[in-house]
Amino acid sequence: MSTDEEYEEDELQALSETEGECEDGVLQFSDSLTGEVKPRILLMGLRRSGKSSIQKVVFHKMSPNETLFLESTNKICREDVSSSSFISFQIWDFPGQIDFFDPTFDYEIIFRGTGALIFVIDSQDDYVEALSRLHLTVTRAYTVNPDINFEVFIHKVDGLSDEHKIEKQRDIHKRANDDLNDAGLERIVLSFYLTSIYDHSIFEAFSKVAQKLIPQLPTLENLLNIFISNSGVEKAFLFDVVSKIYIATDSSPVDMQTYELSCDMIDVVMDISSIYGLANSEAALPYDKESTAIIHLNNSTVMYLREVTKFLAMVCFLPKDSFGRKGLIDYNFHCFRKAIEEVFDVRVKVQQNRKLLGQRRWSKLTAANTR
Amino acid sequence: LPSIALVLLMGKSGSGKTSMRSIIFANYIARDTRRLGATIDVEHSHVRFLGNLVLNLWDCGGQDTFMENYFTSQRDNIFRNVEVLIYVFDVESRELEKDMHYYQSCLEAILQNSPDAKVFCLVHKMDLVQEDQRDLIFKEREEDLKRLSRPLSCTCFRTSIWDETLYKAWSSIVYQLIPNVQQLETNLRNFAQIIEADEVLLFERATFLVISHYQCKEQRDAHRFEKISNIIKQFKLSCSKLAASFQSMEVRNSNFAAFIDVFTSNTYVMVIMSDPSIPSAATLINIRNARKHFEKLERVDGPKHSLHMRMR
Repeated sequence: MSTDEEYEEDELQALSETEGECEDGVLQFSDSLTGEVKPRILLMGLRRSGKSSIQKVVFHKMSPNETLFLESTNKICREDVSSSSFISFQIWDFPGQIDFFDPTFDYEIIFRGTGALIFVIDSQDDYVEALSRLHLTVTRAYTVNPDINFEVFIHKVDGLSDEHKIEKQRDIHKRANDDLNDAGLERIVLSFYLTSIYDHSIFEAFSKVAQKLIPQLPTLENLLNIFISNSGVEKAFLFDVVSKIYIATDSSPVDMQTYELSCDMIDVVMDISSIYGLANSEAALPYDKESTAIIHLNNSTVMYLREVTKFLAMVCFLPKDSFGRKGLIDYNFHCFRKAIEEVFDVRVKVQQNRKLLGQRRWSKLTAANTR
Repeated sequence: LPSIALVLLMGKSGSGKTSMRSIIFANYIARDTRRLGATIDVEHSHVRFLGNLVLNLWDCGGQDTFMENYFTSQRDNIFRNVEVLIYVFDVESRELEKDMHYYQSCLEAILQNSPDAKVFCLVHKMDLVQEDQRDLIFKEREEDLKRLSRPLSCTCFRTSIWDETLYKAWSSIVYQLIPNVQQLETNLRNFAQIIEADEVLLFERATFLVISHYQCKEQRDAHRFEKISNIIKQFKLSCSKLAASFQSMEVRNSNFAAFIDVFTSNTYVMVIMSDPSIPSAATLINIRNARKHFEKLERVDGPKHSLHMRMR
C-alpha cells in the first residue's frame, strides 16, 4: 500500500537522523540548527585522485602547494560548509577504497539525499580502473536516486597541453558513455569538466556544479540582469566569498579571465581586510555588512565589489564613465540587495515547512506504533 | 662622478637566485620560475629602482667551475667595493659542509676587499620543509651562520618564492640601499599625521617592496608589510594577464578604509584610515596634494647613485 511505503521512507530517514551511527553523526540528513535540508555533494574517485586537495583548496583557502602535505583520507569525512559559505552543501570526501558491499555504511541512505555526485579522475594516471569504478558508482547511485547530477572532474590537467586536454576529455567521455550504453543505461547523463587545483578551473567547475543545485537560479539571474541594465554595468557575478564559487551571473557570456580576475579581487579584499579590518573583539570577521572595494584599472574599467549577504558578494565590471554615476548604482544595488533577501527568506520558510511536515509524519508513525 | 656600489648575489647552483630575481624584478609569478634553467656564465640586466638607483644585476652561474674562478683569478675584481653581499642557501641542500665552505671563502674575500659590506643570508626554499619544522630549522641555520660569519655580522632571513617571506627579505635589503631613507620617513610621518592616518606604507612602484612606513599605533600583524607586498604584487600580475594594470584601489569594511594609489613617478602609497566615516574623496584629495611635495623630494635629494648588483 502506498501510504505504508511512504511511512517506511520517512522511517528510514528519521532513523538515520536519530541514530547517527558513524562518526559525528555522519549520516545526518538534515541540519538540526536551521532545519534546512541541504543538498549533498559527494566527492568520490580512486585513491590519490585528488579529492581532499580539491576540498581544501576550494573551501578552506589552502594554497595548492600545501596540499602535497595532506595525508590519505582513511574514513568518510563530512564537511559542512554551510556555516561559512552560502552554499549549504555537505561535501563528503570518501577514501579512495570504498567497498559498496561493506555493511557498516549504508550507501542507499547517502545517495538518497545527494544532489550531485562528483567523480574525480586523475588524468595523469591510467584511468581504466577509474572508469570502471565510475560506472559502478553511477549505476548504483542511479538506482537509488535517479535525480542525482553526475559530474566527472577530469583532474590534474595542469601539466597537459590544450590539445592533450581535449583529447583526454573526448576519450574519457566516449568510454564512460559507451559503458553506460552497453548496460542499457543511456538515459544517465554525465557532465565532464577539466580541472586542476593549480588554476581557476576547479573553481569554475564547482561553480557550474553548484549552480545546478540552486533552485532560485533563474530568479537570481533575472535580478542581476535588471541591475546591470539599469546601472550601466557590463558584467556582474554573485560570488560565495569563502569558496569563490559564483552562484549566479547575468545573461551575458562569461569570460574565464573576467571570472579569474574577480576571484583575485575577492582574494585581495579578504586578505587586506584580514590584516587591517578586524575589530578588536574575538569574533571579528574581515567581511561584514560594509565591505566594499573599488579597483580602477588602466583600461578605463572599474571593478566594484559590494557585500550582499554575509556569504555573498557582488562583483561587477563597469566602464569608468558609468562609475561617475555612483549614486545611481548604489541605489540600484540597494534595491537588488533587498530583493535577494526576499528570495532567500522564501527558501527558509519552505524548508521550515518541510521539516514540520516531516516531524508530524514521524510523530504519527510513533503514535501508530505505540497503540 | 657617482660612486659605484656593488651588490653581490651569490650561492650554489640551483639555490634559487635567478628565480628570486625574476619574481622581485621581472614580474614572474612563482609558478613561472619552474621554466628557468641553470644560469650559464653571466646574465646582465639593468633595473631602475626608485628613480635614482640603477641596479646592474649580474646573474652568474653558481656551478662549481664558476665559483672556483671567483675565489681565485677573479677575486679582487669581484669582491672590491661591495656594499651588500646576499648569500643564498638551499635549505634542502645535502652538501651543507661544501655550502659553508664556499660561504666562508666569500666572507674571507669580503673581509679583505670590502670589510664594511653588509651581509645577508637567505635560507631559501623553506616551503619544502614541513610547516611545524620551519622555525626550528631556520633557528639552527641562523645560529650556525652567525657563528661562522664572525667577525662580520650577518642578517638572516628564511625565504620562499611561494609566500611573503621573499618580500620581507628583499625589502630589508633594499632599505639599506636607499640613500635618503631618513628624510623620506620624516616626510611620511608628517603626511600621515596631517591626514590622520593610522598607517602609511610607501612602495617602490615596480617591485612593490616596502621602502618606508609610518604607523601611529600597534597593529596586530607584525608580518603585514611583506604580506601586503605579496598580495598587491600578485594582483598586479593577475591584471597583466588581461593586458591591464591596476591604478588604484580602495578597500573598506565597517572598521577601516585602505587606499592604494600611485604616489610619485617611482612609488605607490597605501593609506590606512581607521575612521571609515571620513569620506573617500577627502583622503584621495589629501594624497593627491601630498604627491607634489614628495615628487620634489625624489628629484632634489642625494647624489645620483648607481648600484651595480652582481649575482654569482
